[in-house]
Amino acid sequence: MTLLACRGLTVRFGGLVALDALDFEVGAGEIVGLIGPNGSGKTTFFNAITGLYRASAGSARFAEHELTELSPQRIYAAGITRTFQRSRLALPLSVFDNIMIGNHRLLHHGLAFNLFRRKALAAELEANVESARTLVATFSKALAGRLFAPVATLSMIDRRRIEICRALVSKPRLLLLDEPSAGMTHEETRELMDDLLLVRGRLAGLAIVIIEHEMNVIERVCERCAVLNYGRKIAEGSYARVAAEREVQMAYLGTQ
Amino acid sequence: MNALAGVAAIALYSALFLHVESQAAVLALVGAAVIGVPVLGRLGWLARVAASLDEHRLLGRVAIAVALLAVVALFHDQHFAMLMVASVLFYTVACLGLTVQFGYAGVVNFAGAAFFGVGGYTSAVLGPHIPHIAVLMIGGLLAALLGSVLILPILRTRGHYAALITVAFGILFRTFIEVNDALGGPQGLQVKGMNLFGWDLNTPIGEWSFYTNYVLVGLMLAALAFVLVRRLERSWVGLNLDAVRLDETACAVFGIDVARWKILAFTFGNFFAGVAGAAYAMMTGFVAPSSFTFADSLIMVSIILLGGIGSLWGVALAAAIVLVLPEKLQALQEYRFLLYAVLVIAILLVRPQGLVPRRPRDYFA
Repeated sequence: MTLLACRGLTVRFGGLVALDALDFEVGAGEIVGLIGPNGSGKTTFFNAITGLYRASAGSARFAEHELTELSPQRIYAAGITRTFQRSRLALPLSVFDNIMIGNHRLLHHGLAFNLFRRKALAAELEANVESARTLVATFSKALAGRLFAPVATLSMIDRRRIEICRALVSKPRLLLLDEPSAGMTHEETRELMDDLLLVRGRLAGLAIVIIEHEMNVIERVCERCAVLNYGRKIAEGSYARVAAEREVQMAYLGTQ
Repeated sequence: MNALAGVAAIALYSALFLHVESQAAVLALVGAAVIGVPVLGRLGWLARVAASLDEHRLLGRVAIAVALLAVVALFHDQHFAMLMVASVLFYTVACLGLTVQFGYAGVVNFAGAAFFGVGGYTSAVLGPHIPHIAVLMIGGLLAALLGSVLILPILRTRGHYAALITVAFGILFRTFIEVNDALGGPQGLQVKGMNLFGWDLNTPIGEWSFYTNYVLVGLMLAALAFVLVRRLERSWVGLNLDAVRLDETACAVFGIDVARWKILAFTFGNFFAGVAGAAYAMMTGFVAPSSFTFADSLIMVSIILLGGIGSLWGVALAAAIVLVLPEKLQALQEYRFLLYAVLVIAILLVRPQGLVPRRPRDYFA
């Protein structure tokens, strides 16, 4: 079943075409890799379908929604979450606080509820502390014990884990990971990916799109991958097939 | 026991400070604090007191209330001391409101004195006609309402530009009052003393200064504001406000409506400033545009910076320092703004997190 279907999705900044008539599909439960040289439009694609950039042309259907017409808030509510290439956590806030920012759509935000219904609020808080602890524990037992430590005091890999937990906690249908391996060692990345696959097993039908430069990550976790260059899709298919294509090698390595 | 000792020490110091008159004695006390507090910090005594206060929460609160009442009782017949204490309390209420805006949501408000003034003028105009408890509420509501007009341009701008809009508004407010004869123009207006449910606060009880009555009302308002702001902080709303301050892009991606929370924080904060201003005007018996200038707004912002951005106890402590110190150092006279400037610069250099830094949110405290 197709979850996300982009047709001719285009993003222009003045004269620059950052994303050029992209056709791209993601099925429910699928893991798709998105690769390409720097500036090829991968992050622009994420920004376009999460509503941070307006599409200049084309469409992006997600279940019953047309993403190009929705605000980022509504896109999140529809079930798309993401991480950022450069971590966008709130550093002074605790691990729990950061994860709960990702859980926004499932919490009660009324002023009267928060100020005066103390018992109900406390119950909601406790339930969420438990679920956050369980989620974090899948990634790291040690981190689960530091749920109320400020993120600023934690290591890079812990911050990545928190970012992924923040994106997972609201049980999205599509998760967009923007270079999860950035700033981490091979070993750490491998560990993180294994944990991610473990969580995915529990969220039925969760689809993931990964932007990644580490080819072994793509090879290991993705069922399919697409290659962008200058905003265009130049190849798509299994990793082995895509990697063998001459145009892809040229985009990455240049012509001789 | 550390908790009790700490509260007692602070109360004793405050009482001494209110009591001394001679410039030499005031300077000696200031010097003792400037040198003594860091030394006590080094010795770990401050940390022990803080930990003890955390542990014995109820005892700590009772001790603080008793200490405050003891100071009030000690100075009950001295107009000036009681006026100072009451002023600190009303400013604390206003600055707790500004903390929600600036400290939590990150909306800097350089028009705090204008919203304080809206409350003051509400008291002047409505005071003679309707019950004063309603006047306080209306003062707050009018400030909030006026703020909701101002929020529109603030939402369309960021950072310095948003701050400039509030600066402009503060100046606009003062000019508007100055040229408006119905509101007394530059001469200002008389304000009736507060009367709550038949209790006339301007009638002294026995030998007590009538300002003592305002201290009691100020204590109640400050306690109420404190509880509300604390509850707000330790809730999902507080989390949303922090998120808005720290990263608007991340907010958008996770469905947090930046505009909604900025409006809430701005309105909530201005309401407190308005209520405090209404009460303060009833105490001083007089409002004039010269009391609500940009400089007065800066005092409020410096209280928040000095106390520690987003810290509630910090607001109370800094309000006391910023309001009482210049009054005690009479030799300073019109150089008092120099003192604010020096205080703020010193704090930004030496202790940028403020005197009582805000602590990580603890929902279950």
